[in-house]
Amino acid sequence: MSIPESAAPATLAGEVRRKTGLNPATCYQCGKCSAGCPMAVETSLRPHDVLRMLQFDDREQLLSSESIWLCLTCETCTARCPNSCDPARIIDCLRETALNEGAAQPPRNIRAFHNAFLKQIQRSGRLFEMGLIMSYKMRSGALFADVMAAPGMLGRGKLALAPSRIQGLEEIRRIFDACTRHESDSTSTTTAQQNPGTEGAENA
Amino acid sequence: MKIGYFPGCSLHATAREYAESLGVITGPLDVEINEIDDWACCGATSAHATNHLLGVALPARTLALAAEQGHEQILAPCAACYSRLAAARRAVDNDPATGAAVEKAIGRSVGTARPISLVRLLAELAPKVREKAKRPLEDIKVACYYGCLLVRPPELNDLDDVEAPTMMETVVKATGAKPVSWNRRLDCCGGGFSLSRTSSVVRLSRTILEDARGAGADVLVVACPMCHSNLDFRQKAIARRSEGGMDIPVIYLSQLVGLALGQDHVALGLGRHFVSTASFISRIPGPREGESAAATEVG
Repeated sequence: MSIPESAAPATLAGEVRRKTGLNPATCYQCGKCSAGCPMAVETSLRPHDVLRMLQFDDREQLLSSESIWLCLTCETCTARCPNSCDPARIIDCLRETALNEGAAQPPRNIRAFHNAFLKQIQRSGRLFEMGLIMSYKMRSGALFADVMAAPGMLGRGKLALAPSRIQGLEEIRRIFDACTRHESDSTSTTTAQQNPGTEGAENA
Repeated sequence: MKIGYFPGCSLHATAREYAESLGVITGPLDVEINEIDDWACCGATSAHATNHLLGVALPARTLALAAEQGHEQILAPCAACYSRLAAARRAVDNDPATGAAVEKAIGRSVGTARPISLVRLLAELAPKVREKAKRPLEDIKVACYYGCLLVRPPELNDLDDVEAPTMMETVVKATGAKPVSWNRRLDCCGGGFSLSRTSSVVRLSRTILEDARGAGADVLVVACPMCHSNLDFRQKAIARRSEGGMDIPVIYLSQLVGLALGQDHVALGLGRHFVSTASFISRIPGPREGESAAATEVG
């Protein structure tokens, strides 16, 4: 769905609308999303709060909030929204926007996980779980978490010892480049930022 | 029936037993699965949470490869992989601008291959499962756990209903086992936070396990490696904070089907779980008299 540029003013809600085709103004705050949200007990902003703040264009607080990074994308909110607002997709869009603008403040471990995960794909095209765990530990500082699990995993034959590298690795790297470029282009056209993060995913 | 196969990263490592059990049951069910050559990771949550186009382009490349390799359907046993392939399919089909950006990014035409989850495939094969079942599982009470990504978001739902799906129960009934009625079968287990926010996973998965136990389930059946890891591997940590312990075996739907087909539990990878399946397996009677045991066929 494309929204005419004139209908999308330079508000965060307008930006979300342009990027996703979803209109945050359609949320009428019934709270059904938050009632079913499995993370609502841990987040300061619940899904309907996020939608409300978009309506008020509370840009700074939203993009720097930890809560958007605690969404598991279980999609319960989206499945139950009576007005098809799709909070899960909107939260994804906010995370990406926050990264591109350098405003993102995810918890350290979650940032480390996304970063380690995507690095693995760039390195071999597939996820090498042992590599993911090591890389995640280095990035998060959670060096000793789950160390006792390694022998159990290995004994059950559940950890591959070497990464399997795909043939089309160059292709995967080109996909990462193209997607990073695409997102930073689309950010720069709306926020008029001089130098948006060119490595959005990379900086996660 | 011939079908493309996208194992995804987990089935090559932590969910090895899911792949093993799948390999054992496809033959008796007359399904031929062909692994897509040179597939890459779907990007899972880390891609879609940080870069929308990346989260669509990575699985779209796999859709393109499948089509190039002559497949109309791709079996994605992992619920997360299924969900990402379905999201890519939908984005390309319904949004020309995204479709164009994706094809530019992957340098290929996406083609028309469609993903299918293992739950749907087995539900469609349920009559055959019933017909080929060699070992009655009549006394086994099963909690069918769907989790999130097989049913949500609604537009990617591969099953029959978003809030009240029945397909796993259909498969379980075909094996002869009894699905129990319980409340938490569509709840989230904490998914991708297994490493990065374990406390949330423990909180969410505990509720699921306790509910399954309360409903009298002997075993919890899943169709997602992440759910499996959170409910099986993390069960020890969960039990520490739960009265009366846990000790509920968590197995893949394909393993339950394999047991009903009379396959050997070692070949089905039932020895690879963290919560022992031994006592559960010992309750299953041997193959029906007068029928050759498939277990001997696979050695």
